[in-house]
Amino acid sequence: MENKRIDEPTGTETVGHEWDGIEELDTPMPRWWLWTFYLTILFSVGYVIAYPAWPLVDKATAGVLGWSSRGELAKEIDAADLARESVREALARVPIERLPEDSALMAQAVAGGRAAFKVNCSQCHGSGAAGSQELGYPNLNDDDWLWGGDLKAIEYTLTHGIRQAGHDETRTSQMPPFAGAFDPAQLDALVSHVLSLSGKGQTSPAGAQLYADTCVACHGASGEGDRAVGAPRLNDAIWLRGSSREAIMRQILNPRMGMMPKWEGRLDPVTIKMLAAYVHSLGGGEDFVEVAEDPEVEVDEQP
Amino acid sequence: MNNPDHPGGKAERDRSVVVEDGLAKTNEPVSSAVAEPGAAARRHEPHEPPRQHLQEKLYKPREPVHNKRIDGPFRRFKWFVMLVTLGIYYVTPWLRWDRGPYAPDQAVLVDMANRRFYMFGIEIWPHEFYFVAGLLIMAGIGLFLVTSAVGRAWCGYACPQTVWTDLYQHVDRLIDGDRNARIRLDRAPWTWGKVFRRGFKWTIYALIGLITGGAWILYFADAPTLFRDFFAGEAAPIAYVTVAILTLTTVTLGGFMREQVCIYMCPWPRIQSAMLDEKSLIVTYKDWRGEPRGSLKKAKKQPEAFGDCIDCMQCVQVCPTGIDIREGPQIGCITCALCIDACDKVMAEIGRPRGLIDYATLEDCEREAKGETPRSPWRTLLRPRTVAYSLIWGSIGLALLFLLGVRSHTELTVSPDRNPPFMLMSDGSVRNSYTLKLRNMESRPRDMELSIEDLPGALMWSDTIRRADAASAQTVTVPADQTQTVRAYVMVPAGTPARDFTFRVTSQDEQRETDAVETRFSAPGDDQ
Repeated sequence: MENKRIDEPTGTETVGHEWDGIEELDTPMPRWWLWTFYLTILFSVGYVIAYPAWPLVDKATAGVLGWSSRGELAKEIDAADLARESVREALARVPIERLPEDSALMAQAVAGGRAAFKVNCSQCHGSGAAGSQELGYPNLNDDDWLWGGDLKAIEYTLTHGIRQAGHDETRTSQMPPFAGAFDPAQLDALVSHVLSLSGKGQTSPAGAQLYADTCVACHGASGEGDRAVGAPRLNDAIWLRGSSREAIMRQILNPRMGMMPKWEGRLDPVTIKMLAAYVHSLGGGEDFVEVAEDPEVEVDEQP
Repeated sequence: MNNPDHPGGKAERDRSVVVEDGLAKTNEPVSSAVAEPGAAARRHEPHEPPRQHLQEKLYKPREPVHNKRIDGPFRRFKWFVMLVTLGIYYVTPWLRWDRGPYAPDQAVLVDMANRRFYMFGIEIWPHEFYFVAGLLIMAGIGLFLVTSAVGRAWCGYACPQTVWTDLYQHVDRLIDGDRNARIRLDRAPWTWGKVFRRGFKWTIYALIGLITGGAWILYFADAPTLFRDFFAGEAAPIAYVTVAILTLTTVTLGGFMREQVCIYMCPWPRIQSAMLDEKSLIVTYKDWRGEPRGSLKKAKKQPEAFGDCIDCMQCVQVCPTGIDIREGPQIGCITCALCIDACDKVMAEIGRPRGLIDYATLEDCEREAKGETPRSPWRTLLRPRTVAYSLIWGSIGLALLFLLGVRSHTELTVSPDRNPPFMLMSDGSVRNSYTLKLRNMESRPRDMELSIEDLPGALMWSDTIRRADAASAQTVTVPADQTQTVRAYVMVPAGTPARDFTFRVTSQDEQRETDAVETRFSAPGDDQ
């Protein structure tokens, strides 16, 4: 750089660059800055030896300390699991019908269930557990239960599923299709009678007769349903697949049956317990009545 | 210093025209507004405007200040303020204040972990931080008030930098002796004696710093417990880090940088220089009385030729920031008035009236110089500006006190469920879910009644109250000093349209504090 010269007022040499009359002084760096810089170089040498540093073909050098961010994460997850362990152990010990007695444990179970619900259940039932009428996924917030709404019934449904193929203990039932069984007038009368059970229409003797002949066995004389076979109540305001005449007609002629997978084997019993507690807590949960009849419920020590 | 009109040096060549490749180019800058096309491309030769040598260095190395010991009314007042401020700082964390079994018993406590700020009978929650903000604003306006009334009194007496610098200067004096001994020691070579002396003094510096930093953390946790844990090595790492940092800053700022903090680092002198005017009280040298300076001997020979100042330099020697007040008001003057003490003492010894250096306003000085009687400095206290500041300061204080007095210790927030907005029940009735937060700001558990208003036929239950017990009002026990989350289910009979209604919470004690929140009940067919 031939333009280098000593700047008069400061006595410092310029770097030699110039642009439109603006030049740059080559001010030496402060001593403390340089020493800090040398220290960082020293530090980096130690760091490269101790920690993963140089990227190689498929992975970086490991460093003598053996530290890795993955290992750090695993450690933290282990610690979190360990912290949860006592809650999980307590949950495993308590039979689900006794869970509400311990409100703190219940609250923890509900919180755990809420997280598990978002991961495993919200795909069908929705993140707010409101289900879908169009697709026939039941709403879990209300007080209408096909198979029972106490903690134990919910846990059973979760464990064994509904109409799970190839599983003996699954909840199952079948409504036969009535396509071709009725002529249009009969069908119309039957639908009217079904609607009248919840006060929505006028019944007729013919309709009542048809209902008594074909439907009472499962749905009950006044449409109260039967939880033993999962037969829906027909005399309430909640309709899984719609309350219009067309919807009911379609369901009589060619019934659609819901299916829920069994979660046994996919989720551990404690998670299922927590899910049951969460679903029960959504506002429609029923009390477990059998506890009073059988107070000597054995505490299962084997989780 | 730079004067482009008179370029110095005869070696300067004419730079107005540059010949390059046999082509003359003007070296005058051409504005793009008037230049012909291509003018910008014709560069003029780079050169810098001619300069003369700068007269002064830009950097001034620190001259150590070895202030001489002085006694007098202002020095005693300074001792008093030092005692009070340090006392407040070190003692406050140890004061106890009984708040019952559910709250800490430390009088002043900033409880970061539980997000509470305790100050004697007052407890501040995070959402009430405007009280703290109000206090800080009051502190700011208080500084303005003090400045307009008595000048830089904060700098001179109460500023922590001043107090700790003063403390360290006393340590200097106790270890190394007074001004002359310290100057001698400074100049002395590094013998073992000096090393030992310096080591001893700096150890005391460090101890003072440690005590200062150590007291700070006691404001943030239970003082006796933290004190024990700290020395047992069981306190939180942040406690040790904080103490280390504060020890370092105390020693650096109070022990070594001292007046440089006031002169170079602190923004407050700059703000104050904008607030001072001819009516402000400052420490000033009455030059019409003192000038011209002359020694006692000279003054004896020609009494009429010399002023009162005998140039004894006492005012300079006692100054903790090392300035000469006779040069006039300056940013280095923190108005600690020690020079007044020194000058008054000298004046008394030589039998001249006191107050050659004194607290006065510029107006008074002018008046006095003209031979009129000066007004009392106390008159400066009462003038429109100080009255206005006092009124603002006082009204903020009163407003804060009023707010503090009428604030409710019970609060409710409501957040309706949006997914799903409403729920049809099997009997046709409609249910909504709400997440309620009941805040109990008393340090005792309280029963609170939660009720529904303007929603006929509504029943309410919750995650802990069974549906069988549903009613239009429920009682919830909220733990001391906490916020209780309640998931409330509200159900109305079939056919009730969507409408706005109110949740009300009422504390079930003699206070009967209440809070109400309006929210919406959603139902089928609700557009909102």
